[in-house]
Amino acid sequence: MATATSTTLAPISDSRKLRNHVATFAMYACFVIAMIPLVWIIWTLVAKGAGLLGDPHWWTNSQRGITSRIQGGGAYHAIIGTLLMALVTALIAVPLGVGTAIYLVEYGRGRIARAVSFMVDVLTGVPSIVAALFIYALWIGTFGLHRVGFAVSLALVLLMIPVIVRSTEEMLRLVPRDLREAAFALGVPRWKTIMSIVLPTAFSGIVTGIMLGLARVMGETAPLLILGPYAKAINTNLFSGNMAALPTMINQDRVEALKPAVDRVWSAALTLILLVMVLSLLGRLVSRLGSVKTSR
Amino acid sequence: MAKRIDTSGLDVFYGDFKAVEDVSLTVEPRSVTAFIGPSGCGKSTLLRTFNRMHEVVPGGRVAGKVLLDDEDLYAEGVDPVAVRRTVGMVFQRPNPFPTMSIYDNVASGLRLNGVKGRTLLDETVEQSLRRANLWEEVKDRLNKAGSGLSGGQQQRLCIARAIAVEPQVLLMDEPCSALDPISTLAIEDLIFELKNRYTIVIVTHNMQQAARVSDRTAFFTIAGAGKPGRLIEIGDTAEMFSRPSERATEDYITGRFG
Repeated sequence: MATATSTTLAPISDSRKLRNHVATFAMYACFVIAMIPLVWIIWTLVAKGAGLLGDPHWWTNSQRGITSRIQGGGAYHAIIGTLLMALVTALIAVPLGVGTAIYLVEYGRGRIARAVSFMVDVLTGVPSIVAALFIYALWIGTFGLHRVGFAVSLALVLLMIPVIVRSTEEMLRLVPRDLREAAFALGVPRWKTIMSIVLPTAFSGIVTGIMLGLARVMGETAPLLILGPYAKAINTNLFSGNMAALPTMINQDRVEALKPAVDRVWSAALTLILLVMVLSLLGRLVSRLGSVKTSR
Repeated sequence: MAKRIDTSGLDVFYGDFKAVEDVSLTVEPRSVTAFIGPSGCGKSTLLRTFNRMHEVVPGGRVAGKVLLDDEDLYAEGVDPVAVRRTVGMVFQRPNPFPTMSIYDNVASGLRLNGVKGRTLLDETVEQSLRRANLWEEVKDRLNKAGSGLSGGQQQRLCIARAIAVEPQVLLMDEPCSALDPISTLAIEDLIFELKNRYTIVIVTHNMQQAARVSDRTAFFTIAGAGKPGRLIEIGDTAEMFSRPSERATEDYITGRFG
């Protein structure tokens, strides 16, 4: 005989319904609030910056001979500079970062491993300007060299390594121990197990981590300001001369109040975001090619 | 090609903790030996000392001898990697390599040890899959992912992968505990065929399974938490299940304990 006071099959109580509604509303509200700045930024960038991007000159020319009174010009010099510095940074930081992560996950035991892990944590907290000044002291102070693109890359390496170590570490730890043991049980040495079983299994996650690191590094400005003076002309030599990058191009025109310069600031910012986005998509594609087989 | 295993006075440790104490037993070649006993009695740990997998765990070490046809696996200068090529292993949960196709999984042991010849690989893959009773089910999709197979098929794939490197001994650590009864039956049939070629040691929690597949059974137990596991007795399976010589064995197999 079920009655309204039955405790076993009672309907959902009003207070629980209310709490459910409040919690649901709060979550949606948080989501919307978090989205506001993102949408706002993208909207502003597209609205103010898309104009110049439609002009082929933007993608093929430099700012050579363009003053702040002249409309347009190109961002090619800054795009190529950003890409070159990022590429060299990745070439140095990826092997070091992935290697450190492999050491920490597969080999590291005891005090040394704890020390390495602690150092990576410290490196994570190093502000970009400190990394830049460290390289400045080393590159210019100790070695007496000039401010060039490669020095910027070295500073960026310091910022990228901890990102790659931490993300790769996570991915390697996700590879089940069963798989390593299965390979060991076949008489496969440890290093070969890591190269042929563990790394391919974690490949897509590692690539995603590298792309995140790259995205962070491409937007860094402090190392550029300290180590990589801006140039309006195209320079593809990382070891000589001033070299443009998108953040310094933004910084260059930012100080001008004239409309043509302001337009270029927005367009360069939008270009940087697009560049990072394209690289992330490429990363997705690459990781999909070589990742875990799921087809039947 | 099958070899026998002898242990004498074998103690197995995790760091300072002694997990298994004073085991002396013989595993006969071309037969199936089952290890039974309650959880935590050290039977899996003991099994993993037979191919030196125990050392993969930090702090894992042994004292005493494990002889493979009179050669001490733990003698000075013996390469654990070489031991594992001789003594293969199948694990509790099917663990095909997720980045590899069915073919690549079976060929992986040879390939990762440097074998390249295409014909040799083709032959070995087919032969191993046939011996694992899986060939007919997968021959048309060798290039598909191993993870697309059912649990029972995956476990037979893992057995094919293990026997492709021609081991002398095959260790099985609860190979059916993650499988349904039909797949279990398929694996048990397979074990029955494989014992003509290999020495097989199987750890199982399922006493009916031990009674069905094994020629000899070893019973282990543990005096209490934190105490090491011990071998109580080892003998012919039929004998063990009908007339165990120890009271503890009888209590365990009749379900009065554990």
